[in-house]
Amino acid sequence: MDGDYAIAEGALAAGCRFFGGYPITPSTETAERFSERIPEVGGVFIQMEDELAAMASLIGAVWGGKKAMSVTSGPGFSLMMENLGLAAMMETPLVLANVQRGGPSTGLPTLTGQQDMMQARWGSHGDYEIIALSPDSPQECFDLTIEAFNLSETYRVPTLIMTDECVGHMHEKVVIPPAEEIELVERKWYNGPKEKYMPYAPDSDGIPFMVKAGDGYRFHTTGLTHDERGYPVINAEQQDICVRHMVEKINNNAEKIIRMDEEGTDDPDVVVLSYGITARIAVKAVQGARKKGIKVKNIRLITIWPFPEKRIKELAHKAKAFVVPEINYGQIVLEVERCVSGMAKVIGVPHCGGGVHNPDHILNVIKEAAK
Amino acid sequence: MTEIRFSGFGGQGIIRCGLITGKALSLFDKKHATMTQSFGPEARGSACSSQLVVSDERVLYPYITKPGILIAMSQEAYDKYESDLQKDGILIIDEDLVEPKPPRDNIKLYSVQSTRLAEELGNRIIGNLVMLGFFTAVTAVVSPEAMKKALPGLVPERFLDLNIKGFDKGYEVGLQTIGKKTTKTKRKQEITK
Repeated sequence: MDGDYAIAEGALAAGCRFFGGYPITPSTETAERFSERIPEVGGVFIQMEDELAAMASLIGAVWGGKKAMSVTSGPGFSLMMENLGLAAMMETPLVLANVQRGGPSTGLPTLTGQQDMMQARWGSHGDYEIIALSPDSPQECFDLTIEAFNLSETYRVPTLIMTDECVGHMHEKVVIPPAEEIELVERKWYNGPKEKYMPYAPDSDGIPFMVKAGDGYRFHTTGLTHDERGYPVINAEQQDICVRHMVEKINNNAEKIIRMDEEGTDDPDVVVLSYGITARIAVKAVQGARKKGIKVKNIRLITIWPFPEKRIKELAHKAKAFVVPEINYGQIVLEVERCVSGMAKVIGVPHCGGGVHNPDHILNVIKEAAK
Repeated sequence: MTEIRFSGFGGQGIIRCGLITGKALSLFDKKHATMTQSFGPEARGSACSSQLVVSDERVLYPYITKPGILIAMSQEAYDKYESDLQKDGILIIDEDLVEPKPPRDNIKLYSVQSTRLAEELGNRIIGNLVMLGFFTAVTAVVSPEAMKKALPGLVPERFLDLNIKGFDKGYEVGLQTIGKKTTKTKRKQEITK
């Protein structure tokens, strides 16, 4: 199956029972698959009037007790930003997949890109942290969609699957394990006295409990800066508590959240760092570089946000240079630059979208970097 | 590693050819296969193509660079993709729909009347299956058993038998073309399988 279908299948396996969306190329196949499959498991599929409403419908479904997701691309991702911020502020666990295409604007509807990586982090206004994962194959579209739901429920945070047209439309074998072998994180339900429920009172792990609409709990939730009861408190003191909580619940758990594939020598000349489809292409370049005797460590980021600062800082002491190919004009490379902070060269290998890198091009940059 | 391009015009089942062969290889022949396809307006009506990269190891680069096998089911597709075919490659055409140029670089040319044979079997819609049968026989990239196992779920159930008939016909003609003439009984087995 293709990556788009695998996202839908992963979501269903994770217990997603609500999909609200506004289909857009190249993510349409995910919506199509949901519309066919979700009624079979008693879930709901709604094609909303636009992306703003799609995101809003997810928030409603989640507070109604369901696991919910949507999928989009390009302009749709921009339109979802407003309510993605609302979901972050309301600490609403949900999953959004972005099958990236070339941009800006309507750009390249049918061709690939990785140009929304920074938008994934900063797309909505205000300070918040988010989790974003990047699959490199249809198999990982399935696996990481399940992980996205688990992370989203664990930290009560919107979680993004940042894939792209190439992986979304690529057909490969996908192994779907038996349901009992799939580990799922269920929502942290509150079951204390009804009058004591507070939607934003952190538990010992820092994450507040949730309740389901209709179960008799009376509470307030809002996009405004709020206290533990969910009522607006418009002052700098409460803003500090509110923002700190949203940022720190992710940052303080970053080491638990972050996953990456690391391969090759621990004493590298060059570290090649990439993600998603580009990571597959980069392997070919790394193989070529090793044939030339260059000591290369290859890193594939699976978690993009939070960013693996700690590991990159460690490697910055050892390597001469970092090479960062990505299908954009240079986004994650800036984050690497920040972490390396002048201790090694950082060289981007930009590609403006519409296709993947030529492995030889990446190889040439590695050779240059090793000098 | 083998790179294969199926090409023709939209509606001939070109993408389906890639899906069937990819599923056969990756689920039943224990190979790694990655399929990509031409997508968007260009995939509808005009030259349409699906690309398959086949390997014993994981496929890293998902697109084809220099295909070793080109299947062309329309003149436009042939004109567009023939020059990509590597030296010593295999070119397979529907001989009623493609007028090939003089051969170059030791390319092996095989031709089959896939659309006409499908019409004789009752429906031209299975022309792609006749072509797949022929392709399976002349290239031996994939086993005929795996190909037939891959069909359920990828062709409408009520037309499964017709699709298998089309595949078998193409496979039989393919074997004859490369000189492995089947005996009558063997051919019969092939058809009833």
